[in-house]
Amino acid sequence: MITSLEELQELAQKKRCNEDSCKDELRVCIGSSCVALGSDQLQKDLAKEIKQDDAKKKKCRVKGVGCNGLCSAAIMVSKYHSSKDEEVIYGDINCDDKEKLKELIEDDSILSEKKLDMSGAFFTEQKKIVLENAGIVDPNDIEDYIAHDGYLALFTSLEELTPMEVVEEVKLSGLRGRGGGGYPTGLKWETVAKVESDQKYIVCNGDEGDPGAFMDRAVMEADPHKIIEGMTLAGFACGASQGYIYVRAEYPTAVEKLNRAIKQARKHGILGNNIANTSFSFDIEVRLGGGAFVCGEATSLVTSIEGNRGNPRQKPPHLSDYGLWGEPTILNNVETFANIAPILRNGGAWYKAIGTEKSAGTKVFALTGHIKNTGLVEVPMGITLRDLIYEVGGGVPEGSKLKAIQTGGPSGGCIPESMLDTKVDYDSLKDVGSIMGSGGLIVMDESSNMVEVARFFMDFCKSESCGKCVPCRVGTTELTDLLDKFLKKEAKPSDFDLLKDMCEVVKDGSLCGLGQTAPNPVLSTIKYFEEEYLEGIKND
Amino acid sequence: MMHQSDDRYKMVERTMKKLGYDRSGLIETLHTAQETFGYLENETLKFIARRLKLPFSKVYGVATFYHFFRLKPKGKHTTVICMGTACYIKGADKILASLEEKFGIKAGETTKDSLLSLLTARCVGSCSLAPIAIYDDKPVGKLSLEQSLQEVEEMIS
Repeated sequence: MITSLEELQELAQKKRCNEDSCKDELRVCIGSSCVALGSDQLQKDLAKEIKQDDAKKKKCRVKGVGCNGLCSAAIMVSKYHSSKDEEVIYGDINCDDKEKLKELIEDDSILSEKKLDMSGAFFTEQKKIVLENAGIVDPNDIEDYIAHDGYLALFTSLEELTPMEVVEEVKLSGLRGRGGGGYPTGLKWETVAKVESDQKYIVCNGDEGDPGAFMDRAVMEADPHKIIEGMTLAGFACGASQGYIYVRAEYPTAVEKLNRAIKQARKHGILGNNIANTSFSFDIEVRLGGGAFVCGEATSLVTSIEGNRGNPRQKPPHLSDYGLWGEPTILNNVETFANIAPILRNGGAWYKAIGTEKSAGTKVFALTGHIKNTGLVEVPMGITLRDLIYEVGGGVPEGSKLKAIQTGGPSGGCIPESMLDTKVDYDSLKDVGSIMGSGGLIVMDESSNMVEVARFFMDFCKSESCGKCVPCRVGTTELTDLLDKFLKKEAKPSDFDLLKDMCEVVKDGSLCGLGQTAPNPVLSTIKYFEEEYLEGIKND
Repeated sequence: MMHQSDDRYKMVERTMKKLGYDRSGLIETLHTAQETFGYLENETLKFIARRLKLPFSKVYGVATFYHFFRLKPKGKHTTVICMGTACYIKGADKILASLEEKFGIKAGETTKDSLLSLLTARCVGSCSLAPIAIYDDKPVGKLSLEQSLQEVEEMIS
């Protein structure tokens, strides 16, 4: 049990200095892409075999760590030299390299052909706050998190700050909701903190439904304690005693890691009654989602936690007045909560200084599609799309030409190559007809047909529409059918006007965010790639 | 009481008990039931409705709302094709279409001999390996059309 800041620091110090920590480390990435290639088994085998080898055991320990980011170089293994405090990353490792990895412990010249160039833009242009521990901390070990300044923000805040001061710090930071909406987090917290109620709830949205995005999954799997710390701080700031993490059932590893982390936190007195000997009590439970995209909408998510069909409802009342079980509720995304501990550790002003004036901090993106460096990247807001794609992402593969970039998933839009100098922040992306979204960024080359892409997303929204309101239920079906006509090159000239009209109706008439944003992929492709629609019109 | 002898019902009962037989535990209970039984048949749904004192229509309504819940048994082997955006633009739709044609079933269906279920996923979160499919529990990434057919044939033979 840790009952004070002092004890927390003692434990961190002890963990940092014990014999085990002075060893070198072989860090095997156990993120989703690496596991798909067998890295989990590789890590287990390595750990087992090194334990049996006395000489190697003394020098090195094996650790499974969360996503390192450069998924296109999966499997990634890194060797951490504790004496130099330096990490060397090796990419494209496969399970047959196990023996070589064992030799690497004693001989640094092994596997040099697989060494990654750490001076490349992929590594240097990134700024890691949310992912600061990914690839470094063992997600299964709370003490490893504590040794890397984990829970320091929580205990410092509990001992030294009032709840309102925590809210003020978050407000000062300028952090905006990372689920895509971009609502100022501090303002949201302040509203709930000021509401009088015996019971309030903190809810974390881990129901990453956007196809082509896996940022939240990586955070939950790589650094579950950070989410717990962020949520607990939210509970302290707003006077809530219970939190829920709503996770997709399709992410069994994330569920397992979160549940283990919660258990460890309870055991260490970080969750439970009278945390750090104060009057503040807080606990968290994991709730499983069932793979419904609409449950990313706030009112749907809350009703789903209550055990119902995830139908959204009219707003207001907003969740801050009438949320889970009718009580004031804060709902934030995984990435938003992951920003909280660093903000309180380093101060709101520090965070505010990163990024742009209106979009502070960093954003994690899942870079995929026709791009060299696929994977997870965290960049400061305000970076241009060009830098993100060509510097960090390494550009499109040889022989193909970039055509468009899709952000925001089914609610977002396509940005053409000519607008690559657009800055990545909430407002600039909105101005060009897309949205920041949760962080999926898909690069498309000349082989992609934009009408087909629009149809893909519309079909997605059609099958994900909950059916409660007519504009969304009927509109998305009609729009899919219309797009089919264009794809078959059977559309009438009047169909093009109908398509545009119907987009407006669905946008203006739908009840919740799903319907209101569903036409975005169509509207943005009409705006920038009109000729591809015109090609689908049969003139007779 | 008819289910007392079946251990699988005990598993479901345990989840409900843990959540205090509260109606909000319905989705968690359905997850446990699907995990233990493999799918959700009417008998199971009725049992849950009775124990949580919910109308059957409500339980059925929730079970059919979420994609994750299956109301039909799966085949002996499953192939899940990821249809996330990254996989889609790298040709997952063509892979799915060729598998559908080859085995004469649509996505979500099972072959008549119950040997193969063909399923799709929204996104399995391994976008850098696109296009990706999961054969039983084995994920295979960067698939080609021929390779995907071959993998399925090897799996069911």
